[in-house]
Amino acid sequence: MYFITYLISGIGLGSVYALIALGYTMVYGIAKMLNFAHGDIIMIGAYVAFFALSRFNVPAYLAVLLSVVVCIALGITIEKLAYKPLRKAASLSVLITAIGVSYFLENGAQLLWTSSPKMFSSIIKSGALELFDGQLSISYITLLTIATCILIMIALTYFINNTKTGSAMRACSEDKGAASLMGINVNRTISITFAIGSGLAAVAAVLLASTYPSVYPTMGSMPGIKAFTAAVFGGVGSIPGALLGGLLLGVIETLAKGYISTQLSDAIVFAVLIIVLLLKPTGILGKKKSEKV
Amino acid sequence: MLSVKDLKVSYGAIEAVKGISFDIKDGEIVALIGANGAGKTTTLHAISRLLDIKSGTIMLDEKEISKMAPEKIVSVGLAQVPEGRRIFASQTVFENLKLGAYLRKDTVNIENDIKHCYELFPILEARKTQLAGTLSGGEQQMLAIARALMAKPKVLLLDEPSMGLSPLLVKEIFSIIKEINKSGTSILLVEQNAKMALSIADRAYVLETGKIVLSGTGEELINSDEIRKAYLGG
Repeated sequence: MYFITYLISGIGLGSVYALIALGYTMVYGIAKMLNFAHGDIIMIGAYVAFFALSRFNVPAYLAVLLSVVVCIALGITIEKLAYKPLRKAASLSVLITAIGVSYFLENGAQLLWTSSPKMFSSIIKSGALELFDGQLSISYITLLTIATCILIMIALTYFINNTKTGSAMRACSEDKGAASLMGINVNRTISITFAIGSGLAAVAAVLLASTYPSVYPTMGSMPGIKAFTAAVFGGVGSIPGALLGGLLLGVIETLAKGYISTQLSDAIVFAVLIIVLLLKPTGILGKKKSEKV
Repeated sequence: MLSVKDLKVSYGAIEAVKGISFDIKDGEIVALIGANGAGKTTTLHAISRLLDIKSGTIMLDEKEISKMAPEKIVSVGLAQVPEGRRIFASQTVFENLKLGAYLRKDTVNIENDIKHCYELFPILEARKTQLAGTLSGGEQQMLAIARALMAKPKVLLLDEPSMGLSPLLVKEIFSIIKEINKSGTSILLVEQNAKMALSIADRAYVLETGKIVLSGTGEELINSDEIRKAYLGG
């Protein structure tokens, strides 16, 4: 029964990673850049929800909505101010800029809200679903996390595959020049991608802060790096890959914590990543890039 | 219809197009021929606004288009079939055609135009649910042309439609280009295959290292000694 408990809580944690990884992978797919400030959007999202809940006592769903709106606005603004001017620059310049944005957000948060952690009150009542005479217990927040992740994945897959904007996004990720020949506004499509990624980061932020109830300026960096790993794990640029990578990462991490060692769990996760990349350099579901000559 | 005046385009310090002027009248097929590196594709990319121009003007029906955003160009009536086809390989044939009509709002007509594309290229109908990347080279070229037609252009820009195709397919593609022209679309054709291009062109311009060195009707050029020597193999 322990195994199943670990497995389910691993899937819960993995769902959060998957939501964050989606942001990395979609932005990479379309803008061909690694947005290292993505993790810090989570932190901002968590602070917004925290203030909304504890200072203004708004209902939980409103706090989530507010957090999503703020993060979307932030994501679009960052893209416009920091990344768009570098559209034609070397990818290393963009990467360094992203790291700069990340530090800017972390230090900005420290200045505004100090570095001392704030207690986040869960958006749903604490407690757990007890099954098999209490042998198996799954916390409500884990259930909510898994359900949210499933819903978002279904909605996102539908959006990407069946809407005009989704088709434009796929076209841009394949060939921006050809996409603009079709009349697709590439800059707008990139903005939409950042908006979606940041909105998902806000949802992940609230779920994460409800599970690990402390909010502080660098809280986004570790989940950010883990989600980035998840995206690489699954194959960066691939949406099902982000889901698979996130879930695997969450499960491996939780099982390693449960059976091997809490301190070593991250090392084990990254060791598995290294092995996967050695065997399949593009990630589990990554596309093989063939160059035509 | 489309007129280009004193167009200059450069990549950094290198000037690839050094002040060229030409025009396409309503209903014409105009060919732009020349060797590799003469500046043909650069010219097309400048017209489609995939590249910024250094100086000069590009007018479509009295409208200056050389400063427009690239995604607006298709809405004024210019569609390009790019070199190397550049179809969206991971989307289906049908999705590619729909992307060609991306800016159009007339949903009912779009359905009809897709049917029309299938009439023009029956193979595309047979392959409509297939991913475009799985098509053969000739089929991909047909798809690229059909996709551009979905925008209902006044002027269709074609960049090396014969590239990498068998002689038989080249013939087929060129007869379709003529057919498209007959139904009222003006055509600017960029080709290395000078013989084929001149055989269907009303007029043509010869581009050499960024400059127009010769122009005339297709017939004039096909019979000119210079062209014979340089491009038609004696």
